[in-house]
Amino acid sequence: MTARICDTVAEAVDGIADGSTVLVGGFGLAGMPVELIDGLIEQGATDLTVVSNNAGNGDTGLAALLAKGRVRKVICSFPRQSDSYVFDGLYREGKVELELVPQGNLAERMRAAGAGIGAFFCPTGVGTPLAEGKETREIDGRTYVLEYPIRGDVALVGAHASDRMGNVVYRKTARNFGPVMATAAATTIVQVRQVVEVGGLDPEKVVTPSIYVDRVVAV
Amino acid sequence: MTISAGLSKDEMAARVAQDIPHGAYVNLGIGQPTLVADHLDAGSGVVLHTENGMLNMGRAAVGDEVDGDLLNAGKVPVVEPPGAAYFHSADSFAMMRGSHLDVCVLGAFQVSAGGDIANWHTGAPDAIPAVGGAMDLAIGAKQVFVMMTLFAKDGTPKLVPECTYPLTGVGCVSRVYTDVAVFEVGGPEVVVVETFGTSYDDLAARLDVPLRQG
Repeated sequence: MTARICDTVAEAVDGIADGSTVLVGGFGLAGMPVELIDGLIEQGATDLTVVSNNAGNGDTGLAALLAKGRVRKVICSFPRQSDSYVFDGLYREGKVELELVPQGNLAERMRAAGAGIGAFFCPTGVGTPLAEGKETREIDGRTYVLEYPIRGDVALVGAHASDRMGNVVYRKTARNFGPVMATAAATTIVQVRQVVEVGGLDPEKVVTPSIYVDRVVAV
Repeated sequence: MTISAGLSKDEMAARVAQDIPHGAYVNLGIGQPTLVADHLDAGSGVVLHTENGMLNMGRAAVGDEVDGDLLNAGKVPVVEPPGAAYFHSADSFAMMRGSHLDVCVLGAFQVSAGGDIANWHTGAPDAIPAVGGAMDLAIGAKQVFVMMTLFAKDGTPKLVPECTYPLTGVGCVSRVYTDVAVFEVGGPEVVVVETFGTSYDDLAARLDVPLRQG
């Protein structure tokens, strides 16, 4: 089934269940699905596991979701930033769990989920605290760590434009985690600046084909 | 024994830039290593990689050039020179892990004589750890250069027999560029390649690693 083009953000985030794992795109504000996160706050789902590169900035977006106590666990590579005070406070009070994952492993674990890979041996983190307790194997003289996929119940992706089938294009470095997350979730929800008619996107430039996309909303 | 002031941060960056081969694909870590870009001349042919998904990254954007969709790994707006290319995060890290990047330059808390690096976490109980792309870069690039002051503010050396901070990568650093000397690490002895405002004997007196004059 091709993507459903939603009229409102509320329609786009409808039905996200309590306890869901939510993949949230963006690197800094580039590619951050700000309106979808606001919609998720309105929608009210709680006890969430959020997978994103960062853990929120200032008082908006992911930080606002965290501040409302909706997030049980954060899986990310870089929570600590100059303005990550909401996460910092909750973490220090023991109110949110953190799984710290090297950025490349975060991307590859989601890629694996989307590509049907059961697990993979990766050289990143060998001999460091982030590989402690994980299975290792020596292959051709090099040590690798076994890493498992990260699957989402939902992905929230910020992109540039989509056609009415759900083919998606991105702009510049706002692409970042979007294309990988779109493949790795049971339901992928994309916010775009513009929805164009079918045929309105150059097929050579489509980055996320419609097969990965469930709902699209223009914001 | 004192060691007189050596290179400034900019001079260190310029020294690192000298050793980056013509036409190399290079990732510059967040913080001080970013300064290296200012010392690569236009004819260097160096292509900068930023892990959030761009090759041939340009300089920092100013004024009307600022575009919220175009950031570097430090989340600073940059410009898009001709020859730039964009890709997603999994591809970006595949470039590192797959040994396609020639050089990365990282900052560090500590580097060991054997080439281990610690740069992501002090291990302090109240510290919130953040690793970003550091572990992927440390094991991925063909050559890992570290740029740091040789001594911490309390005077203790940051080039050590074994790192005491949590590791980022094992045996992956090849050269260490500091304010007072350039070192080659990873061999049986640490080789002092060059000194700035200090002598080999001064360094040997203050460092607890086996040294050899290069």
